[in-house]
Amino acid sequence: MDDLNLLGPQLALLIGAGLIIIVDLLLPIVSRQAYQGRLPLLSGLALLAAAGSLGWSLALVLTDERGEAFDGMISVDDFTLFFNFLFAAVAGAIVLGSVDYLARHRFQGEYLALILIAAAGMSLMAAGTDLIMIFIALELQAIALFALVGISKNESGSEATLKFLLLSAISTAITLYGMAYLFGLSGETSLDGIASYVANTDENRSALVLAAVFLTAGLGFKMAVVPFQMWVPDVYEGAPTPITAFLSVASKAAGFAVVMRIFLAALGEGLITTDWAYLFAAIAAVSMTLGNVLALVQGNIKRMLGYSSIAQAGTILIGLAAVAAEDPQLLLGTSSVVFFLGAYAFTNIGAFIAIIAISHKIGSDQIADYAGVAKRSPLLAFALAACLFSLTGFPPTAGFIAKIYVFNAAVQADLVWLAIIGVLNSVISAYYYLRVVLNMFARDPETDEAFTPSPYLGAALAAAVVGLFAIGIYPTPLIEASESAARVFS
Amino acid sequence: MLTFAIFFPLVGALLIAALPKDQERSAKVIAAVTTAIVLAAVAYMFIDYDRGASGYQFIDSTTWLDSGISDFNLNYTVGLDGLSLPLVLLTAFLGLVSILISWRIELRPKEYFVWLLVLETSLLGVFSSLDLVLFFLFWELELIPMYFLISIWGSGNRIYSAWKYVLYTFFGSAFMIVGILTLGFTAGTFDIRELAEVGSFDDAIIPAWSIFTLLSIAFLVKMPIVPFHTWLPDAHTDAPTAVSVMLAGVLLKMGGYGILRMSLSIMPEQAADANVIFAVIAAVSIIYGAMMTLVQTDLKRLIAYSSVSHMGYVLLGVSSIGLVGLTGAATQMVTHGLITGMLFALVGMVYDRAHTREIGDLSGLATRMPFITAMMLVAGLASLGLPALAGFTAEITVFLGTFERHEAFTIIGVLGVAFAAGYILWMIQRVFWGPPDPKWAELTDATAWWERGPIIALTIAIVAIGVYPAWIMDLLRDGVAPIAERLA
Repeated sequence: MDDLNLLGPQLALLIGAGLIIIVDLLLPIVSRQAYQGRLPLLSGLALLAAAGSLGWSLALVLTDERGEAFDGMISVDDFTLFFNFLFAAVAGAIVLGSVDYLARHRFQGEYLALILIAAAGMSLMAAGTDLIMIFIALELQAIALFALVGISKNESGSEATLKFLLLSAISTAITLYGMAYLFGLSGETSLDGIASYVANTDENRSALVLAAVFLTAGLGFKMAVVPFQMWVPDVYEGAPTPITAFLSVASKAAGFAVVMRIFLAALGEGLITTDWAYLFAAIAAVSMTLGNVLALVQGNIKRMLGYSSIAQAGTILIGLAAVAAEDPQLLLGTSSVVFFLGAYAFTNIGAFIAIIAISHKIGSDQIADYAGVAKRSPLLAFALAACLFSLTGFPPTAGFIAKIYVFNAAVQADLVWLAIIGVLNSVISAYYYLRVVLNMFARDPETDEAFTPSPYLGAALAAAVVGLFAIGIYPTPLIEASESAARVFS
Repeated sequence: MLTFAIFFPLVGALLIAALPKDQERSAKVIAAVTTAIVLAAVAYMFIDYDRGASGYQFIDSTTWLDSGISDFNLNYTVGLDGLSLPLVLLTAFLGLVSILISWRIELRPKEYFVWLLVLETSLLGVFSSLDLVLFFLFWELELIPMYFLISIWGSGNRIYSAWKYVLYTFFGSAFMIVGILTLGFTAGTFDIRELAEVGSFDDAIIPAWSIFTLLSIAFLVKMPIVPFHTWLPDAHTDAPTAVSVMLAGVLLKMGGYGILRMSLSIMPEQAADANVIFAVIAAVSIIYGAMMTLVQTDLKRLIAYSSVSHMGYVLLGVSSIGLVGLTGAATQMVTHGLITGMLFALVGMVYDRAHTREIGDLSGLATRMPFITAMMLVAGLASLGLPALAGFTAEITVFLGTFERHEAFTIIGVLGVAFAAGYILWMIQRVFWGPPDPKWAELTDATAWWERGPIIALTIAIVAIGVYPAWIMDLLRDGVAPIAERLA
């Protein structure tokens, strides 16, 4: 029972998913009329599941329950709990953001259930302390996401799914190959076992390095960093916008969580050295620069945010490079990555939800068509502008603190050059983020017809915007949470 | 008290934002009352300031972010000393002026006043911050209102100019934050007072001179200096009048203030080494700016380029690295803020009536608008350095302070004054004297209280500093004295 208690947050999501599927099946049998109005019921269930997951995590925090479960397959610690909160909250926001989209589509039950399953998978990825567990969790969320990307069953969606599926399969294979190396060398699948092997032997260094390279490549796909980013723009553009938001925030965060877990818990002793710092630093620098430069020329706002998310992943990687470069006792790098992921979740979810609301009304994803949105819907325009300012890193938003925190980690790890590349990239990103703001505020719309978002979108957007200002003005609680998450690896 | 003054404009902004759409008229009243209260609070602090005491006063301090695992503790610390107090007073004063001269704004007045008030908060914050990260926060915050104000309410090529302004500043501040983080990491604190005591940064992770460079780029771009000045004429020309006033009056001073407060007082060794470079840059800015001013045909552009030249005097004073020169530089910041603010306000009034700023098109306006002409003459004469007006006081102090160290550059600087006499008088002659053009026969003078009031107040301030400079210069001298001591 203790095991189940610790797994509660994930179970809540999975039970919610199961319930939604059953209700969706039974409803037409019970009453045809009820089936027509099933969307509020199903989304309500999904929200309830997300809230249940959040509540359970909160209960675990309040009762100070920590520990390993299922014979060391998962570990519930501050790091896991942080990501439990993150994924459940993101899933809830995505459900709210999907209501408008779902009203026009058939597969409502499947869609909502898959979101919850994917969130549970991501949450397990962060919790997993055994290679087998991590791999299962990885697949659990990946398979759910394949179906979600293509759920519209239109041409661009199908193309996106196929690309996503093929490249994801390759990356999974590479990840698995890396895991197989680790297992072959150490004879262990648990991260603890691998860690003690790595710490106690000087042999087979090159094979270990090879394993780490495979893992970096395979998981680089999840984090969407250069050179494993090729799928991003097409999939982001082709998928339903709420799913794009989900991919850009949750899937990326899950990738970072696993990388931190494996590299810091298993390969930490001895293998993480300055060499790794330079590998991560190089990937970070290239991701930021390439992502930003390509985002500059995009006309489609979803594609632009796709490239920008590559650049943001690069910025987060600065934190990982700093972990590797600094004294292992200093946890600033890890903490900055965790904090950035939290701040980024609020910001990017907010941006995508605003885009869903605006694009739905103006019927276009083109940045040029955002002209004059401020006149037609001032609050929406303000909310999107706030998110974009946060993505650029302007005060008083979450993005400002997150960027300073990450750059500070870099400076403290003697990576001043990387911090400089990072801040210069912020300047480039200002151009394309603020271009959207400019279009909304300084240009005239074609019609003056006012519009407002649906209450669901409005609620999710309000939560995100309030969150990003709250973190920007009073960051201490989130900083403390990130620090205690980072302490798991000390 | 200080915290109240900094954030009260934000309260006003929120009030205005909450107004219903049909109440747009009351936006300007709220804005004016808000800025008037802020000005009153700052004026009270100006009177209440203990001039005998050293160090900062009106300090408010609280922990903003307390990090457990590293030296990443951010504090909200604000305070004023002799250097920042006059600049805060200038900001509060021009803040009210800019609201009043925007009284007749037609386009989206609600948003307009909200952004002007946000701008005021960020500027007051910049001059009051005693924590580097807080300083940087306000420094960056200022970009957002400026971006909206220029791109929405500007004229001409407003969108391009707003871009250029934001990207230039953002580019400079990108380097600044790395410099700030390196300083903070080396010294273990972001507190400006403690950093100023450190003295030497030779054991930092990067060479001390590179930290100094990282820090100073942003300030030099903001000041601006040649060749990073090109954003200024564009932004000034295309910004609405009130924003030009704030831009010339206060925003350029952020650069000069940053140089004095950060570069010079935290890293005096490197600053002393850089004095010749500063002097060269200053001389180039003064002469190049003045020559460019001579050939301008647009009134606003003309004043904008004259700002490049006049801000060169600030840097020239800085390059003296002595008490007199620094006092001159600080005084020049205040007087230039008043004079150029007034020039821009007057040009704005001319433009509102004639709908052109082309010097060639305007002629003989003196007969139509005697008040504007007379005031333009006062501001112009102050700008070219006529004794008994504010500009003279500041410039003569700069020259006196700098001559010992950089004779040649000071002489070049004095030449700039000769240029100033040329472009100012020539401009006034062409626009206001000359044969009255029948095309402008319908123009009226500035008669409304919200036009005359601010202009008269500015004139009083300019004359007061010119006739009896001690009331503000003593304060500024006490403010820069510790910096000069460290440099010696």
